[in-house]
Amino acid sequence: MRSFYGETLANGLMLGTARYPSPKVLSDAFARSGAAVATVSLRRESGRDRAGQDFWELIRALNVHVLPNTAGCHSVKEAVTTAHMAREVFGTRWIKLEVIGEEDTLQPDVFGLVEAARILTEDGFQVFPYTTEDLVVADKLLRAGCEVLMPWGAPIGSGMGLNNVFGLRAMRAHFPDVPLVIDAGIGLPSHAAQAMELGFDAVLLNTAVAKAGDPAAMAEAFATAIRAGQLAADADPMPPRDMAAPSTPLIGKAFLE
Amino acid sequence: MTRITIIGAGVAGLCTARVLLDRGARVHLIDRARQPGPQGCSWWAGGMLAPYCEGESAEEPVVRLGQKAADWWAQHTTSLQRCGSLVVSPARDTSDLTRFARRTQSHKTLTAAEIEALEPDLGDRFATGLFFENEAHLSPRTALAELWRGLVADGATFDQREADPDARANDGLVIDCRGYHARADMPALRGVKGEMVLLSCPDVSINRPIRVLHPRVPIYLVPRGDGVYMLGATMVEGRASAHASVRSVLELLSAAYALSPAFGEAEILEIGVDSRPAFPDNLPRIERQGNMIRANGLYRHGFLLAPALATMVADLILDAKTPEMFHETTA
Repeated sequence: MRSFYGETLANGLMLGTARYPSPKVLSDAFARSGAAVATVSLRRESGRDRAGQDFWELIRALNVHVLPNTAGCHSVKEAVTTAHMAREVFGTRWIKLEVIGEEDTLQPDVFGLVEAARILTEDGFQVFPYTTEDLVVADKLLRAGCEVLMPWGAPIGSGMGLNNVFGLRAMRAHFPDVPLVIDAGIGLPSHAAQAMELGFDAVLLNTAVAKAGDPAAMAEAFATAIRAGQLAADADPMPPRDMAAPSTPLIGKAFLE
Repeated sequence: MTRITIIGAGVAGLCTARVLLDRGARVHLIDRARQPGPQGCSWWAGGMLAPYCEGESAEEPVVRLGQKAADWWAQHTTSLQRCGSLVVSPARDTSDLTRFARRTQSHKTLTAAEIEALEPDLGDRFATGLFFENEAHLSPRTALAELWRGLVADGATFDQREADPDARANDGLVIDCRGYHARADMPALRGVKGEMVLLSCPDVSINRPIRVLHPRVPIYLVPRGDGVYMLGATMVEGRASAHASVRSVLELLSAAYALSPAFGEAEILEIGVDSRPAFPDNLPRIERQGNMIRANGLYRHGFLLAPALATMVADLILDAKTPEMFHETTA
């Protein structure tokens, strides 16, 4: 398994911590899925005077890798400020970098993203950039110092799954040594399994679990699907073909007349 | 007859005092303020008695215990309105409405014409909605003031000062109802910040609480009468800072505008912010250590669950019955 800035994760599930019915349900979801990473978004206001302290204690108590998130930042400056706040609060160099460029699709502003990634990398951060499947942008992010890429499956919170399988497969093929995470757009465990089958290293999701009727059960479903997809990818799946290929040979078949 | 001291005169403390007094106890209340006011988060509550709607994300006890709240409040406030509540969603988020319906009970689906018949000022803006006809709402400030006056009239005594519950427990039974201010004594307690806006908009006449579903910013509007509306409420994990954020207020106001453009002409009377006390499962708890009983964690269900919580505290004290929400402490 590819490592994330030197850390090898027990599995490929990165789970968000927002919008659960209660912190109890949130920790049940982590317990049942065994998710390796918890992402936490930091509101600027709550970082300022450490107002989020109570909630952060709950996140730390999950005892998993914490990946703070610059969710909802619309500019380079905002994202950089939030990243600094997150580093101080959680004591980690990891940062999921989100610079939102468009309000309806929440798609990343890739120009701001590359700039913020460069600033943060120079400042000692280990950046997980939320990007698109664009290969040119991916290349610029790597040159800015990122060692992980997180392309979207579909717009944040849409639950549509992998919208551009061709593009994602191309990305995997193009950067065989870079850890790749599908971030956003996942709605069902089958989407997550598909991502793993394509050779991705992890899947990051939040709403699909948090807003399910039974979040803990859904988290387990995702963990199971991710394991299935990972096993399948490691097992070297058969390639699809245009014509039927009988699994028993025709020659030598019993003569039925 | 034992004298019971209650510290904290928010909705939890006042309801507990009322129930105990009605069951024959002598009650002494202590609060840092002279009477109910903006110092406590009950003051900023929505006042919806909406157990079925809350069932969308709350645990089962909220739905079950909350169903009795309206009957209790009918005895103790003139501000209770029993006219149900309405849930709508913007056209492009109707899948959220379907899901809300699936996860809640006791509602019926309305057409645009039926919504308009119920709330003419919403017009036919919403193609479909859910009507929870057994829900109710009240005006929190009126209800708190009426409870307070009723207690005084019936012989409860009041003391205005800061009090340390533990120091008082030497002299007799003490009930700590301080909400988030009991944080130091209840480590599992956390604050969930809520922001609300009070609007005056006489041009709009809406009679019952309206919830607008939205994937990012769900809001509700509660009529207070005389063209005043309470718009709430954000849910931000983290102790309240003293002020509402621009983003939160923008989101609340634009949701109101989406509900009816006439709210564009409304006047902003107040912007409020406070911290709801909550435990990790977002359910209330009763704890007991000797002479000290702590009743806390009503979260966003203060007016909905305080009567049930108060009854449980009274059962514990007067009948030695271990209540449902009793939480064992290791201390």
